[in-house]
Amino acid sequence: MNVIKNYNTLKLFGLAALVLVLAIVSLFIGVKNISPLQVLNWNKQEVMLLTISRFPRTIALVITGVGMSICGLIMQQITQNKFVSPTTSGSLDAAKLGILTTLIVIPQEQALVKLIVSFLVTFSASLLFIKIINNLKHKSIVFVPIVGLLFGGIINSITSFFAYKFNIVQDVGATRDMSGSWLMGDFSGILQGNYEAVYLCLPAVVITYVYASKFTVIGMGKEVSLNLGLNYSSVLNIGLLCVSLTISAIVVTVGIIPFLGLVIPNIISHFKGDNLKATLPYTALFGAAFLLVCDIIGRLIIFPFEVPIGLMIGLVGGFSFLILLIKKQ
Amino acid sequence: MISLKNITKTYKNTPVVKNVTLELPKGKIISLVGSNGAGKSTLLGVIARVLNPDDGQIIINERNIEDYKTRLLAQHISILKQSNHLNLKLAVKELVAFGRFPYSQGKLNTTDQEKINEALTFLELDDLKDRYVDELSGGQKQRVFLAMVVAQDTDYILLDEPLNNLDMKHSVQIMKTLQALCKQKGKTIIMVVHDINFASQYSHYIAALKSGEIKYFGKTQDIIEPKKLKDVFDIDFEILEHNNKKICNYFN
Amino acid sequence: MTAITKKMSILLLLTLGLIALFLFIGLPNNWDYALEKRSVKIVAIIVVSCAVATASVIFQTLTSNRILTPSIMGFEAVYFLFQTVIIFIYGDKTFRVINQENNFFLSILCMLLFAFVIFKLLFKKEKNNLYLLLLIGLVLGTLFQTVSSFLQLIIDPNEFLMLQGSLYASFNSINYDLLWYASGTLLLCFGVVFCFTNHLNVMLLGRDQSINLGVNYFKKTQLFLFLIAILVSVSTALVGPITFLGVLVTNLTYELFKTYKHQILIPACCMVSVVSILLAQYVVEEVFQYNSTISIIINFVGGIYFMYLLFKAKKL
Repeated sequence: MNVIKNYNTLKLFGLAALVLVLAIVSLFIGVKNISPLQVLNWNKQEVMLLTISRFPRTIALVITGVGMSICGLIMQQITQNKFVSPTTSGSLDAAKLGILTTLIVIPQEQALVKLIVSFLVTFSASLLFIKIINNLKHKSIVFVPIVGLLFGGIINSITSFFAYKFNIVQDVGATRDMSGSWLMGDFSGILQGNYEAVYLCLPAVVITYVYASKFTVIGMGKEVSLNLGLNYSSVLNIGLLCVSLTISAIVVTVGIIPFLGLVIPNIISHFKGDNLKATLPYTALFGAAFLLVCDIIGRLIIFPFEVPIGLMIGLVGGFSFLILLIKKQ
Repeated sequence: MISLKNITKTYKNTPVVKNVTLELPKGKIISLVGSNGAGKSTLLGVIARVLNPDDGQIIINERNIEDYKTRLLAQHISILKQSNHLNLKLAVKELVAFGRFPYSQGKLNTTDQEKINEALTFLELDDLKDRYVDELSGGQKQRVFLAMVVAQDTDYILLDEPLNNLDMKHSVQIMKTLQALCKQKGKTIIMVVHDINFASQYSHYIAALKSGEIKYFGKTQDIIEPKKLKDVFDIDFEILEHNNKKICNYFN
Repeated sequence: MTAITKKMSILLLLTLGLIALFLFIGLPNNWDYALEKRSVKIVAIIVVSCAVATASVIFQTLTSNRILTPSIMGFEAVYFLFQTVIIFIYGDKTFRVINQENNFFLSILCMLLFAFVIFKLLFKKEKNNLYLLLLIGLVLGTLFQTVSSFLQLIIDPNEFLMLQGSLYASFNSINYDLLWYASGTLLLCFGVVFCFTNHLNVMLLGRDQSINLGVNYFKKTQLFLFLIAILVSVSTALVGPITFLGVLVTNLTYELFKTYKHQILIPACCMVSVVSILLAQYVVEEVFQYNSTISIIINFVGGIYFMYLLFKAKKL
């Protein structure tokens, strides 16, 4: 027993070490070549570059990776459906609609206002989505994400409607009705001073850890939770608040990171099973590692330019999801 | 007569029906019994070609079912599955009329109309024929679906747990109807039944399945025996006789 | 039956009336040119309406689900990607390199190819899981969209305007010849569909019941999916995508005509669809003074209606 436990801890440490290594690699990639040696010699210019641009980027990457994967995990527990995630529940689209609203109503917006509005819209949309799912009679694993994607499509069509009306189409990129290029995830603009909102994901991660088993219980429905003495709606609200806060913080600072919240929890559950408490740290770390790898590749393949992370993740994540789907069959 | 030859059906590497060979006599009521997961419903589905067997042949009236045209086969054999929820606003008579599709492809002629009325009367649905199916009670709904099968007028009628979710009164009512179908119209009825006593009271033959294989097949009298039943269900049975019918007591 | 005939007649009158209004109201003095232009537009509207309506009704019957539309299966994403890619490659020379006609046929080809690939991938005899097919189509769609959006990000803003023209559904610049091809295809598909309306009625009862009643379910599903693919790609290539039109018009039709008979549902839905597009076109021209597009209006209204359906209907 002890051996197994040690073995698992070892694996967890291994994963953590991997994230650390990847983070360090990520620090030293960029147009301006910085070598670790220069940093050790306290070369002023390089250190400044590191603190202003590279550190924030890497930190944002790690937090985003952790945040998105955990969000996916919570949503999957709450809906009891492996294929539900921010991408397949309209949450990402809602965050976008929130940002568009601020653009139209208060054009000289501040980051904080953007975040708050986007958070409110996302939260209402997730509540709505849960309501819709509870209304569905046919809750198959494949049908719920279809409804979620359609729901996202509707939110997007509302976004398009107003974007077109106020003539901000290319900025908003609402050219496509299902999802837009606007706010495609991109870490290249991250600098000290404009990324700190992502730290808001951290409390959500902590709360998730505390509430883990409660989310599993409410996923089994109102009656079951009542029977087990749990307040369904308050736990549900806490879960959705965490998810919405994380998502809007990430969308406002780095843009849309599709599929991450879907694919990471599924891969981990394939290897580690579904005990939320046990899989949480793995999911979080693996999410961070995955995002770091995608970012590093994106920065290297067309060096000195970079492929936006939204595109990288969109492709890699989309393909992984397809494989999951076909395997599930 | 329906003959099954070496029927095998596998789901994801677990064989559910294993090499079943069986001859089902014509004009009788035949019950398939067995515990959960014994393969009864799968076997029934395979006979009704709703499921494709991995191996083996099904021969109906001396012809392999693969040689039948789908439409023609539907004039010989019909199946009623256990879950029949409809999302449609459909009147009773409209649903029953679907039973004539194999003959007229949707354009009803006078023979079709007669058969539909006959089926409605047979199941005592004349008063309900203009009602919507989704407004009916469970027992009524089951009768409506049965009426559709009667209108389809096939020699072989396959029923997957026709008594599912019905109370005792309605169960007996359905069984009596099946008996009448067999007796008056000479239909062959093959059904999956959970309650061994219903099988014992109403069927001529019983096929007992255990883990995908036919354990026993024969006349009802010969199958309802404590030893055989224990072998199939793994619980003890006490057999009581009443009016020449055997009743099983398994409440120990 | 009489109630249905009555409703059908009213709907027919309404449709014809709206068409007449659209054609003849406010004709200028040199009316023959204007009338010709308007006729082309109205024919395009009818073709697209009927194609989308028919495809959606059949698709919802096959999936026994009323909130789905074949447009979301990925066709539109393929169309977007194709349009984006050619503009990305040829830039402002696009219209010289690929004329409208070639673009039309190549778009259709791409969409049909896509349909063929996912059908082939997923169809096994035992269980053709249409929901899985749909989800895979949706995901492939998002994948294509990701690529398109990336390309759109790096396209020059002027070229982007060109692209926008073909990405938003519009009935304002229809090619005369293409309209002929599209109408021909539509009529052909209609012919096939009307041979099998009774089969569609049976298929509403579900897979097992259809097999029981002697419908070759596997083959028929394939046939209908193929027809749907043709109808959707032709209408998309002709005017661009209108995603939520299908959900909107089918459900309005079911509400109006409480029947399961496809002989009635399909023509009725076509008419409802024509009426909806005409109204949307009116809103675009008169209310928004062309400052919006028909797909945006329809998706907006259709989307909201769709939400209403999701909430109201407990039987999805």
